[in-house]
Amino acid sequence: MVMILLDRVSKTYNRSMGPSLDRISLHVEPKEFVIVVGQSGAGKTTLLRLLTREERPSSGKIIIGGIDYDKLKDKDIPLLRRKIGVVFQDFKLLPNKNVFENVAFALEIVGIGSREIKHTVPKVLDIVNLKGKEKRMPHELSGGERQRVAIARAIVRQPRILIADEPTGNLDPKHAWDVIKVLEKINRYGTTVLLTTHNADVVNKLKRRVVTLEHGKVASDRANANYEVTEDAK
Amino acid sequence: MNRTNKRKLVTFGRIITTGMTNFIRNASLAAAAIAVMVVTLTIVLFSLIANATFTNTIAQITNKIDISVYLKDSATKEQQQAFVKSIKKLPDVASVSFLSKDQALQSYIKDNAKNPQLLQAINATDNPLPATIKVKPRNLNQIGTIKNFLVLPANAALQTADSPSYNGDRKQAIDTITHATNVLRTIGIASVIIFTIICALIIFNTIQMAIFNRRDELTIMRLLGASTSYIRGPFVVESAIYGVLSAILSMVIINAAFIASSSALQATSLGLLDINFASDYFGQHFLQLLGLQLLVGILIGIASSTIATRRYLKFKTK
Repeated sequence: MVMILLDRVSKTYNRSMGPSLDRISLHVEPKEFVIVVGQSGAGKTTLLRLLTREERPSSGKIIIGGIDYDKLKDKDIPLLRRKIGVVFQDFKLLPNKNVFENVAFALEIVGIGSREIKHTVPKVLDIVNLKGKEKRMPHELSGGERQRVAIARAIVRQPRILIADEPTGNLDPKHAWDVIKVLEKINRYGTTVLLTTHNADVVNKLKRRVVTLEHGKVASDRANANYEVTEDAK
Repeated sequence: MNRTNKRKLVTFGRIITTGMTNFIRNASLAAAAIAVMVVTLTIVLFSLIANATFTNTIAQITNKIDISVYLKDSATKEQQQAFVKSIKKLPDVASVSFLSKDQALQSYIKDNAKNPQLLQAINATDNPLPATIKVKPRNLNQIGTIKNFLVLPANAALQTADSPSYNGDRKQAIDTITHATNVLRTIGIASVIIFTIICALIIFNTIQMAIFNRRDELTIMRLLGASTSYIRGPFVVESAIYGVLSAILSMVIINAAFIASSSALQATSLGLLDINFASDYFGQHFLQLLGLQLLVGILIGIASSTIATRRYLKFKTK
């Protein structure tokens, strides 16, 4: 079974600007760790927004975890998003909720009872190495810690896929590496991870499958690869 | 209870608590919405009570009016009975009663028991009172058609010169009240509609403002897979609370108005409005009126907040 399948997917926001994604095809197996690299404007964010169904493709087919996006009704979009964990570059934490509440929030909105929440959240905070910081507010945390709260929130519902959109983009190298180690740990537990980044160090250290996007097309797709983005690509 | 139902119940509880928390947080925003809803519901309530009161006043007066048909002494019993029958057959007639000459005399004596002079005038001569048919119309506006029937030549021949007799003054008073009531009803309905629209628009704005204040949170909820009803629910609860509070306040205001008018003004009626009846009506129908106010208030709240959140919660379709 394929976890993520894209078949000749294109997305055009504005005809005069040309397509943001141009007939992209991609297969990701379960438990794979895939890094998507590329310049700003290469189409990384568009790709992720299509996967979370924030956008619809102009053409092409997307199937994730057996869900065919063509057959997905609007009212079922929330159900799809519950199966995918997403981590954003800007964290998207709720500023007036503490660490525990931010993670619990992901469980509350799907109707999980308070007792189960109290049981689950500390375990997940332990996985992302944030034990003991439950009561901290987001503004009291470092960037790396905030991003790990966001990861905890993304994985607390045990999604089969974790999508991380430049999670290290705003972090210094040490914190960036903390975040990446957490992602590797989650991948070891069996979650498919799709990571976008333009941090060459991270890519080169991870030695994983690397998909390079250029001008909305897949320029290369190699296993155990290094970061190879031509800086004059744009 | 199975897992899905339990989750639904937990979610429902969370929607209610979140709605109440948001209501308290947005109290300053909510003040305008509640104020205008109180005005709207007070108008609704006042219109209802005034309408019931006017209807009652008209019914009371209508009940007292009748047409008296005086029969010539020369009319035979058969003629009298046939005439009574034909009047009864008229569609606009509510009831007919017949008084023979003797009954008419007794009724007169009874009515004027405290007025010996008038009684003497009667006793002095042989019974001068005619046999009388009393006709009650179904509706005041139909007096004309009954009268048209009575003055037909064949019918007029059976009657004395001053027949039929009906109380013209009373008819005019009733016409005035009916007319005033109709005007007030129109004004009432118009103001209920106008204020309901204003009220809905203001709640709509209030909720949109609340959405704007919390737009980041709502975006995050959306991205984390919160369902439409989970996001919308608290806003609907919040505006339903406006409805509940406003309904209670409008009942308090009307109640205070009754207390003020009866104790301070010592008045029993205000223009055409019979305050005593209105107050009794309010007291007797308190629960029904409260229920109706709650229903109207909650419906306005739910409708406008549902529309206010609808556009915001749409998914991209292109």
